[in-house]
Amino acid sequence: MAEFEPVLLANISNEDSHTLAAYEAAGGYRALKRILADKSPAEVVELVQSSNLRGRGGAGFPTGLKWSFLPKDHPGPIYMCVNADESEPATFNNRILMEEDPHQLIEGTILACYATRASTAYIYLRYEYPHALARLQQAIDECYDKGYLGKNILAHDFSLDIYLHRGAAAYICGEETGLIESLEGKRAWPRIKPPFPAVKGLFQKPTVVNNVETLCCVTHICDRGADWFKSIGVPADPDNPRDAGSYGPKLYCISGHVNRPGCYEAPLGLTVRELIENQGGGVWKGRQCKAAVPGGISMGLLSADELDCPLDFSGPGKYDCLGLGTAAVTVVDETVSIVDFLHNTTRFMAHESCGQCTPCREGTSWALSMLNRIKAGKGRLQDLDLLLEIGDSIGIMPGTTICGLADGAAWPMKNAIRKFRGEFEEYIRRTNPDGCETTEPVEALQIIGVH
Amino acid sequence: MATTDEVTPDAAGSATDEKLLTPEMIEEIRAYFPRYPTRQAVTLPALHVVNAHLRYVPRAAVVEIAELLELVPADVQDTLSFYGFFKQDAPHGQTRAWVCRSISCALRGGEEVLEKLCERTGIVPGGTTADGKLTIEFGECLGACEQAPCMLAGDTLHGDLDDEKVEAFVRSHQGEAST
Repeated sequence: MAEFEPVLLANISNEDSHTLAAYEAAGGYRALKRILADKSPAEVVELVQSSNLRGRGGAGFPTGLKWSFLPKDHPGPIYMCVNADESEPATFNNRILMEEDPHQLIEGTILACYATRASTAYIYLRYEYPHALARLQQAIDECYDKGYLGKNILAHDFSLDIYLHRGAAAYICGEETGLIESLEGKRAWPRIKPPFPAVKGLFQKPTVVNNVETLCCVTHICDRGADWFKSIGVPADPDNPRDAGSYGPKLYCISGHVNRPGCYEAPLGLTVRELIENQGGGVWKGRQCKAAVPGGISMGLLSADELDCPLDFSGPGKYDCLGLGTAAVTVVDETVSIVDFLHNTTRFMAHESCGQCTPCREGTSWALSMLNRIKAGKGRLQDLDLLLEIGDSIGIMPGTTICGLADGAAWPMKNAIRKFRGEFEEYIRRTNPDGCETTEPVEALQIIGVH
Repeated sequence: MATTDEVTPDAAGSATDEKLLTPEMIEEIRAYFPRYPTRQAVTLPALHVVNAHLRYVPRAAVVEIAELLELVPADVQDTLSFYGFFKQDAPHGQTRAWVCRSISCALRGGEEVLEKLCERTGIVPGGTTADGKLTIEFGECLGACEQAPCMLAGDTLHGDLDDEKVEAFVRSHQGEAST
């Protein structure tokens, strides 16, 4: 493969990459100046649509198409929400973008607001990123001073304010309508759709919610064009009319049991094995990989013989995973019990379920109770079928919940148990030899919750 | 107005009729008003302002915030209680430390870090040291998985934690060495 030139991480190796001066020295705000001078908002929407950019936040929805859903000739206001509530376990690419190159995001946000005619943008930033908060605020201040934000930007008939809005440590605020509710000052309960945010979103007005990395891609598409963007990544499968392709550069996170955990950039379509071996420097301590999370824990689990899974929008689905998600890979080595793995991911989801939909609230907490019991050596073989039943019945896919958090809780359960059933059964038989076959009801263990 | 027995003694040691929100806090909260078309949208910023000053948001402060935002206290309390972030009964320690327990950290010893911290300080997760200097809690993924296991203490991220770093952290949050 030809040497790949970093795009999204190109500037961060420069000294003081977070400052306006360094960003401009690297070509920053060039795209903004040119677009404002040469293109109408509708032309920018068209440009992004023709690039086939798909959202980097997890769902992979085509960004330009999302923008095109906004009502035409709306009197306004139209709102932009930047989803910087990056909370998916194992994911930290947005943090690096915001800390090391905040202007790349700000430029993309300004361009997206110009395209969508939004006059106010809120960056919903998770509480856990205080360093990103400081860097973004500094970048925004620099932009106001320079005339890139505020009234009549660069003397054009386009005005924009960007505000930072700090979350309060709740995973659900990364769901776009949960984010909107939270921004409005309410509990972050996701909304039933339709109406979609493009029609009725923040403060009941048309709203676009875009992820940080997505907006950074917008900056480069505006700078270098749609054809350039489509020259990177994986083309659409001609035999699958529903495949929109996986174009452009992607930030991959790799963590867990590897020698060089970190955030790396490569074209979409890298395989999990390549990421582990090349960027990640291989499995640590000379051990073998037992399993890997393909794109944040919500996406499920790959077994060791599935590591050739390509990390593009349709890759993980071919291995019964939920999707590409955030392309954040976590490597689990041979010494780890899959029971512990599933306990950890289920505990996360039970803790972060917002409580609105009964199947998710009850499903995740009962699944955790069962896994607590299994871990404590009181598991029964039939618990595995109960867990699978929960996994198969909570979420948007089976149609029982409002948002996808439950699907994200279900997938690790389904993948872990179906791909590692033997290990679960062996654990239960070994730790509970007398009771493993029991089918009598047993009391749930108390869940210890502290926050 | 809240009755006296609902009001927990706050950090400023106010008497019963005294307001918890200082003019400074009120000014900070008001500065958010022009950013949003509704007052309710200032709920989270206002809670953060009060929490930054008092290290908790007592129920009496909720009433005062509601007044400022032209809401009923139940609206503010509803939002506050959703997040599990704002303490209401007593302030957290001068430093609030979150030890990540999510998958990437757990795979590299995150839970052991939490255990060690608790053992060295003699408190359980959620607790505060007797001198009020340190609160230790678990956190879910802090988004710093390349530095696992990690911990966010105040605004400082501590990465690649091992026994030595935990020991140094505990020592710097004890006695006179603390800031």
